[in-house]
Amino acid sequence: MEFFERFAIPHPSPAIYASMVAIAVVSIGIVVGLTYFKKWGYLWREWLTTVDHKKIGIMYLISALLMLFRGGADAIMMRAQLATPDAKLLDAQHYNEIFTTHGVVMIMFMAMPFIFAFMNLIVPLQIGARDVAFPRLNALSFWLFFVGAMLFNISFVIGGSPDAGWTSYFPLAGNDFSESVGTNYYMLALQISGIGSLMTGINMCTTILKMRAPGMTLMKMPMFTWSAFIANIIIVFAFPVLTIALLMGTTDRLFGTHFFATTNGGMDMLWANFFWIWGHPEVYILILPAFGIYSEIISTFSRRNLYGYKSMVASMVLISLLSFLVWTHHFFTMGQGALTNSIFSITTMAIAVPTGVKIFNWLFTMWKGKIRFTVPMLYSVAFIPLFTIGGVTGVMLAMSAADYQYHNTMFLVAHFHNTIIPGVVFAMLAGLTYYWPKFFGFMLNEKIGKSTFWLLTVGFVLAFFPMYITGLDGQARRMYTYSEATGFGPLNMVSFVGAALMAIGFVTIVYNVYYSYKNSPRNIGSDPWDARSLEWATHTPVPEYNFARIPQISSSETFWDSKKNGHQLFKGELKEIHMPNNSGVPFIMGVIFFIAGFSFVFALWVPAVIALIGILVCLALRSFEQDHGRHISVEEIKETEAKIGGAK
Amino acid sequence: MKIDQSQPLEYSTDQNQLNILGFWIFLGAEIMLFATLFTAYFTLQGRTGSGPTPGEIFEITPVLIETIVLLTSSFTIGLGVHAMRLGRKNAMLTFFGITLLLGLVFLGVEIFEFTHYYHVGATYQTSAFTAALLTTLGTHGAHVTLGLFWGLFIMIQVKKRGINPATANKSFIFSLYWHFLDVVWIFIFSFIYLKGMM
Amino acid sequence: MIKKWTFLTSVMALLLILTGCEPLLVLDPKGPQAERQASDIMLSIGIMAVIVIVVMVMLGYILIKYRASKQSEDYEPPHLEGNKWVEAICVGIPVLIVAYLSFVSVQSNYIVESAPEGYEEQEPLVIYASSSNWKWHFSYPEQGVETVNYLYIPTDRPIEFKLYSYGPITSFWIPQLGGQKYAMSDMVTTLHLAADSPGEFMGRNANFSGKGFAENTFNVTAMSQDDFDEWVDEVHETAEPLTESEFQQLLEPGHLGQMTFTGTHLEFSPAPEHNHGTNTDSDTNAESEDHSSHHEHHSTDESEHTDHSGH
Repeated sequence: MEFFERFAIPHPSPAIYASMVAIAVVSIGIVVGLTYFKKWGYLWREWLTTVDHKKIGIMYLISALLMLFRGGADAIMMRAQLATPDAKLLDAQHYNEIFTTHGVVMIMFMAMPFIFAFMNLIVPLQIGARDVAFPRLNALSFWLFFVGAMLFNISFVIGGSPDAGWTSYFPLAGNDFSESVGTNYYMLALQISGIGSLMTGINMCTTILKMRAPGMTLMKMPMFTWSAFIANIIIVFAFPVLTIALLMGTTDRLFGTHFFATTNGGMDMLWANFFWIWGHPEVYILILPAFGIYSEIISTFSRRNLYGYKSMVASMVLISLLSFLVWTHHFFTMGQGALTNSIFSITTMAIAVPTGVKIFNWLFTMWKGKIRFTVPMLYSVAFIPLFTIGGVTGVMLAMSAADYQYHNTMFLVAHFHNTIIPGVVFAMLAGLTYYWPKFFGFMLNEKIGKSTFWLLTVGFVLAFFPMYITGLDGQARRMYTYSEATGFGPLNMVSFVGAALMAIGFVTIVYNVYYSYKNSPRNIGSDPWDARSLEWATHTPVPEYNFARIPQISSSETFWDSKKNGHQLFKGELKEIHMPNNSGVPFIMGVIFFIAGFSFVFALWVPAVIALIGILVCLALRSFEQDHGRHISVEEIKETEAKIGGAK
Repeated sequence: MKIDQSQPLEYSTDQNQLNILGFWIFLGAEIMLFATLFTAYFTLQGRTGSGPTPGEIFEITPVLIETIVLLTSSFTIGLGVHAMRLGRKNAMLTFFGITLLLGLVFLGVEIFEFTHYYHVGATYQTSAFTAALLTTLGTHGAHVTLGLFWGLFIMIQVKKRGINPATANKSFIFSLYWHFLDVVWIFIFSFIYLKGMM
Repeated sequence: MIKKWTFLTSVMALLLILTGCEPLLVLDPKGPQAERQASDIMLSIGIMAVIVIVVMVMLGYILIKYRASKQSEDYEPPHLEGNKWVEAICVGIPVLIVAYLSFVSVQSNYIVESAPEGYEEQEPLVIYASSSNWKWHFSYPEQGVETVNYLYIPTDRPIEFKLYSYGPITSFWIPQLGGQKYAMSDMVTTLHLAADSPGEFMGRNANFSGKGFAENTFNVTAMSQDDFDEWVDEVHETAEPLTESEFQQLLEPGHLGQMTFTGTHLEFSPAPEHNHGTNTDSDTNAESEDHSSHHEHHSTDESEHTDHSGH
């Protein structure tokens, strides 16, 4: 019995019991459903073992949407608790767990997979490749992300959620002050999904460097591919820092080392430094691909080429370099002295310059254009002013002396939501609407899409702009409640109303998918938006080999050239195509990683060691394996091409 | 699989070239990994709490043996790759074998070194300094250990399947990995041991 | 689109009404440091508002002028590469703005990190402010007084807070007197504040520190030097001395009301050794002398011991 007690929730509540039941019901439902409809084989063959970048992208997309709702549920609970003074919906402990999981889920398990989804779906198509450089590694990356996310989510019902904030500053996150296994979950889940992200970074960099179609020089790459390239370079250099920080945090908690402890020489600030050396580049890993998506959308719906292509690229390169030189601005108040703060204050503000260049380039892309207000374009148009506000408040925060007043307040919370929501989330939803027809063969409903857009935009403004004011009025972040005397009540109520509108907005996305699946026409052709870059040059739905013939590239808008200027994209005879085989190993390795992670969380050393050996055995098997892939014959290609709408 | 005869065997197919580039990028990530460990070590080396200081626990003999053995192994794997390019399978296997043996010796001495630390009271839990030291050395040691298994697997494959584009590619990448571990060790030797003993 | 901007403006107006006429704490400074920070904030809000308005006007103009519904069927937008001059302006103006703000920022950094303006000549009052879960302990070594969860300070005198923590990282913050600074367990940080006029202010820990974080606040009362001296005398007459065992009890996690003692815990449980920034920045040299006078007789081991037993 004692053995099982450790799995119990330290602070149970009706909400947690309800989720336990819900999780059980849904799991049983899935199992029964799959069995009843005899879909186990289909699931295994087509999805669990797939190495196809498009299917992996779709799996990332689904996971990201699921996690969006998990993180969103956390958010609405927080806003409900804070809507009125001295509210009793949640107690301090639950509130702490909820804002911690909200942050981790939204950054690591929503935003990251969302951008990975688009990188997987779009990058190979935009560079005219048949897949990524290492398809099986790609599958492994996904499964590591996925089991990391699952591991993190079960903390809610087994053993307790982490409660030290998504930044998990030590010594608060150490054993002395966070006794439950929650922070172990944090360390292990982030470690596992972080390894997956790192491998994606390596994979994408190699793909973009080596697998571009003939004629596509670096400066002829579409802007989204450029942004993905830079983001992946940042991943390669930033994530190892997180790996080591998490390793040290894990050993502090599980093996009693003193890296970040307060005794025997430990240094709590070391964690803060490592965390933000990774953490600040991390936000650019998220925002740069978002910029890339906006560039594609704004250019398409303005019917204009992207203005200032070279300066767009240069500014992204500059942002990526600066992103590694600003981490100290997350703790100007640590007492480094005026000189250090001044240096980091200047480097931080310097980021405003390349970002400003991008804003102006988007404006000039629309200038003299022919602007169509489709749903993706609406998000992009709203992004420009809202992100500008988020950006300039960032400059305000960068003034370190003034930051002594902003730090740890709702002003900061308002700022980073003001960059992440219009910056990243809107981009993801714009991209989702824009690329949906390419991968699912039908358009999302425009009318519902527009109401989603308005709900989210209005909800966003109502939810987050008041926080700038309460922050300046002294409302610290992460407080589970406040007294009536503070006067924070009315504005927090406005925030709650905004959050509720956003929640409705997110639900309408699901409804839109359902409605469009039922009602949208299927005969939309392969280029429904009259787009410009290469991903639209192939069929809808995209065949597994992407392009029957590898395209010849003329410019960064080579598809537009082929439509308007008579550029011939596809030349020559069809040839046999070499494709990689499916493999169950990545999925199995993912499961073993999950077992390893879970065992470490609860310090169950026997299964932990067995799982680690299992991982090594998988690697060894892979080393000895001889898999030459398979070949698709010319006849098969012709057949497929004829079936999906004539040879291109 | 198209084989480009103008390239060395390990570069001769598209996938081989991807593998090598991908591995270089992986090494870039590894550099960041060890750079982080070094940063942690340099930050924490003076924070010994109630435990021993670097000068009190470092011993020159095992460290010198480790350094010489690892440097030599880097040389022998270079010879192994050279032999591979000349198509001399037996010579290649011999040099790879010597490399792995030297790696094994290195690992043995390192384990001896760790037991020494344990006996003089510098355990993983003693202080921030010992934790940083043992994590840095341990991460390198774990890399060497993995390398031993990996190298062994590759030798078996070369022995069974001969030198072909696939095995040549793997052997070459393994040699990059091994050289990298050597470079990391040179940093460990200079900036952890020598600096600590001075 | 116009609808949207009218909407946004009305929202902002609504917010202003909702906040009423009460000035926001941070923008209602009662001391020189907070004043400097408030003026920096207002300055940056002004400049930033101009940028936001420029972007919005440009966007509005472009959206209205170049929307498809307003153009003829056969209008085909031109192909335009970047223009050197346009891009130079897009880089140049932000660079100028950032350069100006950097200049202000650096200047302010040195101001808030040294004795408050106008008080440079006076000997500062040194107060040790240490946090434990979830309380604040204020030690007045000069006066031999220690309080819990409330702070009395004289006006018109610079105050030098020495901050550290018996536990998680906390952040000492009195918005109306000046910005916050971290209190950590293995080093002492210094915060310079001063109050211009008597009054009561809100003070709190701003950095999340666990379950009791929300209530981790303290009251600050600023009073004339005479009133302050009177209070000190009163404490010496009425309050009990602080013993080591009693202090250990105070450190137990939980919330406490306001308490007053004579003597300070510094005598048996000194502040940590490191003084962050002392070695790197010349402007904090003055502190290090002051610091050493309080601590030269304590060893590291002692402070570590007491640190640990506090948990």
